[in-house]
Amino acid sequence: MKVKVLYFARLREAIGLESEFIEFPGEKASIAALLDVLRKRGGKWATEAGVDSGNRLAVNQQLAGLITPLHDGDEVAMFPPVTGG
Amino acid sequence: MKILVQQTDFDAGAELAALGASDASVGGVACFIGRVRDINEGGGVSGMFLEHYPAMTSKAIADIVDKAAERWQVLDATVIHRVGQLQPLDQIVFVGVASGHRGDAFAACEFIMDFLKTRAPFWKKETTPQGERWVEARASDDTAAERWK
Repeated sequence: MKVKVLYFARLREAIGLESEFIEFPGEKASIAALLDVLRKRGGKWATEAGVDSGNRLAVNQQLAGLITPLHDGDEVAMFPPVTGG
Repeated sequence: MKILVQQTDFDAGAELAALGASDASVGGVACFIGRVRDINEGGGVSGMFLEHYPAMTSKAIADIVDKAAERWQVLDATVIHRVGQLQPLDQIVFVGVASGHRGDAFAACEFIMDFLKTRAPFWKKETTPQGERWVEARASDDTAAERWK
């Protein structure tokens, strides 16, 4: 299965990437599995792209948590705490 | 309910007049207008860029307005949030709520603003004499949203 991952604001600039597709073996995955893939890239990915650095996540445009399941075709977004209003 | 995410400015007077305009059960309209300040975190701010997540933004705002309408009487509501490049003095956000009574209008308006600040996918980047910097989220905004629980 494959999900699209979007990055925003400070995070996008830190890792130098706006979006990408990430593939997982099998039919299902989770946010935790996605974070694991990113962490293993090392460098900026390990320090900037996790949730330890305060990032929030959304799956299909809804705020999501670590146990949120992922399915083929989902759109995942990762971003720093929001600062609108 | 009217939700707009746009680069252009808005006419706050016209938006206020339009809120619940044909509903005679409306007893009052409360509104908040946010503007770009020229100072933040001790530095001068000469510009502000608003980034957002287009596919999510309007939906997130609609969810916030729906939550407000579950708690208070909301007869009509308008939320306008600007994106793109703004300057000090520019209007950035408009929240207006029409209700039967002021208590509901004030509370719903404040609730919507508090959740816009903590749940809607917008990010501010300021231009200062030292260069550009992403605005840090404030703990006080989280505290403000928490109190509605």
